Formats: sequence, C-alpha cells, structure tokens
Amino acid sequence: MSAALIWPRLVKRERPSLSIKILAPLVALMAATLINLLLYLIMGKNPVAVFHAMLLEPFISFASFSEVLLKTGPLLLIAEGLAIGYRAKVFNIGAEGQFIMGAIFASALPVWYPMATGQWIWPTMLLAGAIGGAMWAGITAFWRVRLRANEILVSLMLSLVATQVLNYLLLGPWKDPNGFNFPQSVMFQYDAMVPLLIPGTRVNASLLIALALALAAYVFMQKSFMGYKLEVGGLAPRAAGYAGFSEGRAIWLSLLIGGFAAGLAGAAEVAGPIGQLQRSISTGYGYAAIIVAYLGGLHPIGILFSSVLMAAIYIGGDNALVSADLPIAAVRVFQGSLLLSYLVALAFVRYRLVFARSASGGAS
Amino acid sequence: MVAPLLSLRGISKRYGEVRANQAVDLDVAPRSIHAILGENGAGKSTLMKLIYGVETPDSGEMLWEGAPLALASPSAARRRGIGMVFQHFSLFETLTVIENIRLVVPGRTRTLVTRIRELGAEFGLEVDPYAHIHQLSVGERQRVEIIRCLMTDPKLLILDEPTSVLPPQSVSRLFDTLQRLRDGGVSVLFISHKLEEIRAICDHATILRAGQVTGHVDPREHDAHDLARMMIGRDMPEPPPKASAKPGETRLELIGLTYAPDDPFAMPLKNLALTLKAGEILGIAGISGNGQAELSELISGEIRLPLEQREQVQMMGEPVGHLGAADRRNLGFSFVPEDRLGRGAVQGMSLARNSLLTAHPLGLVRHGLIAMAQAADFTRRCIADHDVRTSGVEAEASGLSGGNLQKFIVGREMMLAPKLFFLAQPTWGVDIGAATTIRQKLVALRNQGVAILVISEEIDELFDICDRIQVLSQGRLSPSLEARRTRPEDIGRYMIGAGTPT
Ligand SMILES: Nc1ncnc2c1ncn2[C@@H]1O[C@H](COP(=O)(O)OP(=O)(O)OP(=O)(O)O)[C@@H](O)[C@H]1O
Ligand SMILES: [Mg+2]
Repeated sequence: MSAALIWPRLVKRERPSLSIKILAPLVALMAATLINLLLYLIMGKNPVAVFHAMLLEPFISFASFSEVLLKTGPLLLIAEGLAIGYRAKVFNIGAEGQFIMGAIFASALPVWYPMATGQWIWPTMLLAGAIGGAMWAGITAFWRVRLRANEILVSLMLSLVATQVLNYLLLGPWKDPNGFNFPQSVMFQYDAMVPLLIPGTRVNASLLIALALALAAYVFMQKSFMGYKLEVGGLAPRAAGYAGFSEGRAIWLSLLIGGFAAGLAGAAEVAGPIGQLQRSISTGYGYAAIIVAYLGGLHPIGILFSSVLMAAIYIGGDNALVSADLPIAAVRVFQGSLLLSYLVALAFVRYRLVFARSASGGAS
Repeated sequence: MVAPLLSLRGISKRYGEVRANQAVDLDVAPRSIHAILGENGAGKSTLMKLIYGVETPDSGEMLWEGAPLALASPSAARRRGIGMVFQHFSLFETLTVIENIRLVVPGRTRTLVTRIRELGAEFGLEVDPYAHIHQLSVGERQRVEIIRCLMTDPKLLILDEPTSVLPPQSVSRLFDTLQRLRDGGVSVLFISHKLEEIRAICDHATILRAGQVTGHVDPREHDAHDLARMMIGRDMPEPPPKASAKPGETRLELIGLTYAPDDPFAMPLKNLALTLKAGEILGIAGISGNGQAELSELISGEIRLPLEQREQVQMMGEPVGHLGAADRRNLGFSFVPEDRLGRGAVQGMSLARNSLLTAHPLGLVRHGLIAMAQAADFTRRCIADHDVRTSGVEAEASGLSGGNLQKFIVGREMMLAPKLFFLAQPTWGVDIGAATTIRQKLVALRNQGVAILVISEEIDELFDICDRIQVLSQGRLSPSLEARRTRPEDIGRYMIGAGTPT
C-alpha cells in the first residue's frame, strides 16, 4: 500500500495554458536536436560541426537564409491548407499528389504556348495549378462522401498516381524535344516565371502570396462561421448533425482548400526556382507539410513558425551534407524524430505527470 | 456503531476558481445504501470522482476499512473493490458491449457473455452483448454500465444518477438489485434528484450545498419537501399552473411515418401518426429503446427521409421529411436532444461558442464572421435567465455539472423563440427546483401559443405538463390520450404493448 515504488501517472489538465502550448514545440525541437546530435556522435561525425551547419548556418548566412525563405513558401502554403482539414478531422495525406498536379496544370500553359508573352502568364499558371490541386483532392472528397471511402488511403494512393502521371508526361508528350532525352519539359519563358522578391536571391513573390493566404487562413479558422462549422464537425460530429452542419460539405471544403493550397505551391515551384517541369519538383513537401501543420498546433500563426523551422531543417541538412559529411537520409530522420518528440510533448500539453501519493500529502 | 467501510475527512477539491468540494466529511457504513443529495453543481459528481480515483483531492484524507486510501487511478479503485457508474457514460461507442466490458473485466469472452446474460436476467438489465454501443439508447447504455460494474464484484458501488434515464419498471428492478446487493454485503453510494427514490431505498443521506456538507439525515424520517428544502436552502417552487388549452393551427404532423433503419439494432418505426397544434403540449411516453432515438432524429432532421416520403413529416404546414436540421430550424423549430455532451453541446468549446451552435441566426454571425461580443452577450443572458451555475461565458461545456449544462441547452433553445419546440428528456439530471422551473417555463410558452413536444420516460412529468399523451412502444405510437382523463395504468398498458382503449 505505501509502495516503495511510486509510478508517475498522467492526469488530464483542466485547461492547457497558452504558454505550455507554445512551449511544447520548442521542447520537442530541443529533444529532437539532442537525439540527432547523439546519433551523429555515434556515427562518428563531429556534432558541433553538424549543429553549426544544420541549425545555425541557415540563420546566419544571408544566402542560406534566403534559401530558407524560398522553402518556407510551399511548406507554409500546404500546411495552412492541410491544418484546416485536420481540424475538421478530414485527414488529407495526399498533399504531395495535389502539389504535383498543381505543377502539371501550371506547366500546361508554357509547354503548349512556349512563345506566349505577357504579365498575365504566371498568375494564370498559379491559378491553374491551384485549380488542378483542388480537382485532384476533389476526387478523394467524392469517394469519401459518396462511398465513405477512407480519405487517408484514397488521398495517399492518389499521390502515387500523380507521380505516374508526371512520369508519363515527362517521358512522353511533354518531353523537351531538344532536351537530350532527359525526362523534363522545356525551360519556361520569362513571363512564365513568378517575379523575384529579393534581388540576388531566388525568393519570389509567391512567398507574399503564401503569407497573405496564411492571414486568410487565420481569419477563416479563428473568426469565420464556416471555420467554426468545420471545427464542430471535427470535435463533435453528432453536434454538427444536431445543428444541421452538413458533413459532406465539410469534407468537400476541407479537401478542396487543402488541394487548392498544395496545387498553388506546386505551381509556384515550377514557375519559380525550378523553371520547368521535372521529375524532382518536390522534395517531399507534401509530407513534410503534415509535420509542419501539427508542429504549428494546427494554428495558422503557429504554422508560420513551424514552416520556417522545417525549411531551415531542409537547408541545414543540405549544408551538413556538404560540410559535415552527413548521409542524405539525415534530414528525414530529423523530421521524423521532430514529429515524434512533438507528439510526446503534446501528451504533456493535455496531461500532466503526477507522482501519486496519499491524498493528504498532495500539493495544494 | 459499526466501523465505516469508507470515511472521508476534510476532503477539498478546486477547479480553478470553483470550489467543487470544501472540507467534506462522509462515512459510508457497510451494508448501507447511502444517498448524496444536492442541487445541480453542488459537487456530488466531483466527490464521487475523488472516491473512484478519477480525480485527486487537493487536501483531506480517505480511509478504506480503517486504513488510509490513496488511489492513483480508477483501476486501483476497482482493485480495492470500488465500482462506479458515471453520470456521463464512459463507454466506447464504436465497440460492442462485450468489448467494452472486456476492457475492464478479465476473462474469456464466452464466460463473460454468459455472465452478462445471467446478471441481465437476474437484475432486469437485459442487453445484447454483441450490440455496438452507438446503436443503444441512453437507457440501454446505462444498463451496460451497471452490468460492467457488477461484474467486478465491488464492495462499494457508486451510482451517479443511475435512474435518471431508466424507465419506472427498470428502476424498481434496479432497486431490487441494490437491496439484494446490500443484503449480500455491498454498500452503495447513490445520487439522484428524485427524492422519492431516495426515500424508498436509502438508509442514509448526506446533503451537499455549494460544495459543503449541510447535513447527514435518515431520509426515511423526512418527506421529499423537507429534503428539498435542506438541499436548496429555501422552499420549493410551486408546481406549474394549469390553464385550459386553446389549440391553434397545426405545427407538427406525422402522417404514417414509417422508417426502416439500415442499422439492424435500431428500432424500425411503423406508421406513426400524431398532430400537434399551437398552444399545446404533447407528451410521448414510453421506455427508451422503443424508437425514441429514431423518432427524435426523424423529427429534428438529423435523419432525412427520401424525397418520396417527405409528406410524412409536416412542420408549420409544410412537408419537411426530406429537409436537414438547419432547414427545419429555419421554419421555427428548436430541439433539446437527450444527450447533451457531444450532441447538444460541444465538449471542448466555451459556452459562448456553444451558443453559436444553434443561435447563430440571432445576429451572432455578421458577414460570415463570428460576432463574439454578441455571442457572449447572448450567452450571458442565457446563463442569467436560466440560472446556469457556471464561472462565465468562457467556461468549457464539459466543466459544467450535468444539470447545469442541461439548463444551458434548454435555455439556448428557448431563446430561439421557436414556434415548435421539441425536447427529449428535458429534466434528465436536473435538480428538483430547476426541473420545476423548466416545466413552468414550458407551460408558459404553451400559454403563449408555442407548440411543444416532449419525449420523456417520467410519467409524472408528462402528467404534470401535457395536454395529451401518446405512448411509443416497439416502434408504434398509441392513439392520443387526454392527459386529464387518463390514468398512469392506461399509459403502462400501452407501454408493454398490450394497450387497447377501454
Ligand atoms: N472538469 C471541471 N472543470 C471545471 N469545473 C468543474 C469541472 N468539473 C466540475 N466543475 C465544477 O464543479 C462544480 C461541481 O460540479 P459537479 O459535477 O460535482 O456537480 P453535481 O453536484 O454533480 O451537479 P449535477 O447534479 O448537475 O450533476 C460545478 O460548479 C462545476 O462547474
Ligand atoms: Mg453530477
């Protein structure tokens, strides 16, 4: 009874405070960093050098930081879109496919009309990409609403299909005839490129669009009635039914928003830093954005920070690859351990650890 | 005096600013059925959660059979022989009865099923062990909870408002059970707002008011009126006045409503007919599980009929069978469902945001954006007018006591100024004072010309307020009976399906 061994146990918090909600991702970041540095040490790398290359370099050097900003754009866009769906408990895991579809839709214009000129071209491409992404996500919504097919599986598998569509186009009809048989499209004309934002870097105006949409997402999720309906559907589906909020509409809206944002990101990639349609247009943005969304607490403002962080990890990983001789998988390992640490930290946002003792001894 | 089974000394518990329990002393004797009495929000459920190890007291001491008791969790409590049935159920909806029970009770499925059937037959708590929880009515879910508790052979059984949703027959069978358990050496802690029940089976009663003990009495020596006064600290409100009905135009009509659910465990409805006019209260009596859940969802629009059947439900003279809940509300319909957490209210949201759920058309949304100031204002009025005891509009729905959340939902729906008002189990878990107030308000609304439909298992409540009563049994609806000219026995006859008018 008065056991020598006192097991700690989890007790639900009455209401998680704001500070602990903000603290959780920071603690998770620290934990993940420590775990990874330990891993590098075991692998015989110099942890100080890795730490410097990975986590400091991206913020110290201007060239690196501009690359961080470049990568922030797509991550921010996709994650903001996904978070809206996740709050409604519509789990769109296929942003990668929607991103690819966006890139394909956007590329159609410069591929078919390589000679066209005019300032209307890049905006049209972005719009086409967003619509393409939304349509691809719409397929998932259709099957989910019509057949109750699980959206996680459908959206994920559609990503694989999208990759194959991309392969088909690049190996066949859209292959650059003068491209030495490489699986890539023609280089896009000047007007098909999003204007640069910071001269001397690759950062372009799509970052501004991403920021504007983040603001829109904030208004939508925190202030709008539509966002409220989605949230009710996620928290208490029966209450949504009771109030007459349509479940089907929530699923459609969640997926269309997610697909729209991911498609826009894909379009901005081909019309931005890449400048043509290629096989390697995405370095897993669609999946990394899932981590970004959760790391940001599914909150539009939180995602602003987590997307910069994730972008820095990408760039830092590249740096470490060169300067500290880290294997290519290191970035993925870091992303994964970050997500795991965050999920653990999240448990402590909702629960606190209590070392059970007799009732009279409890702290007051 | 015999040594108590369980003693509490100076137990206190706070939630933020709310002192839910303050220096509570309590002794539960062996072989005793001990009542805990108190208004909504008095701290009864909190005290029970402390005894069952769900929550830890801030200070104070618990003794179990004379030795200090420190509970780390409900499973620790169960190992000591303490079992509990919660006010808000703790069953997993997507699992079956037997799967839920297996989570708590060790043993092979086959033997468990046999035991469930035995206990069910012995105590009148029949359930299908293989049914999924979400297919069961509230009353049936409670049966599962009680059986699950009995299967761990507790020495102390805590029942938080077990009878609020049980039909009268099952209540008397449960009491029989409890008495048999007591004779077998089990003590019972029993919470109920029905004072007559407490007088019938309890040998001790502890009265709580605002978290403090205000008395220990033998309930058999006091009448219900006395007990109520000790509980609320003043005299009971008067029962609602009865004025003669002046029915106006028809607001709700069911014409041969027939519904064959996809779900094999749901009750099909056969050819239901009813007419409800403005200025009338119509009661639907019957035991839940006889189609009550299906009927309420068909009327509320949570279940929609195919277009060809839309004529079967008529509201304000329009066919609405095919319309969803929002469209029906737009016609002037409002509804209080039988389950409040997760349906009538969203757990993790503040009361202000819960107002939005159905009151959004009352100017709480402007240009698609939430008008938070208006929502807060609406909520404040609801809290004040309906005596919801809570810390304020920012309180989370799940932090309210059961009865206070019900008062909030009833208040919110009343404030929508409905033409047709539908309530399922309106006073379930509401204390006697507040229940009387709700009934008074319903009668007042009726007198103003609102059409009111009430589904309730409490026959007394229906006789108190209804002009007419119909009985729903086995998915069929009896003819309409004039409340004044009907005896409870007649209702009872329809309830067991043997009803023929005399
Ligand atoms: N988790 C919680 N967070 C915040 N406040 C709470 C919480 N649980 C209970 N309270 C508050 O503690 C007080 C006592 O609540 P409790 O549920 O014990 O009342 P009760 O006597 O069971 O009432 P009822 O008859 O309505 O069920 C109430 O004021 C309630 O708002
Ligand atoms: Mg309670």
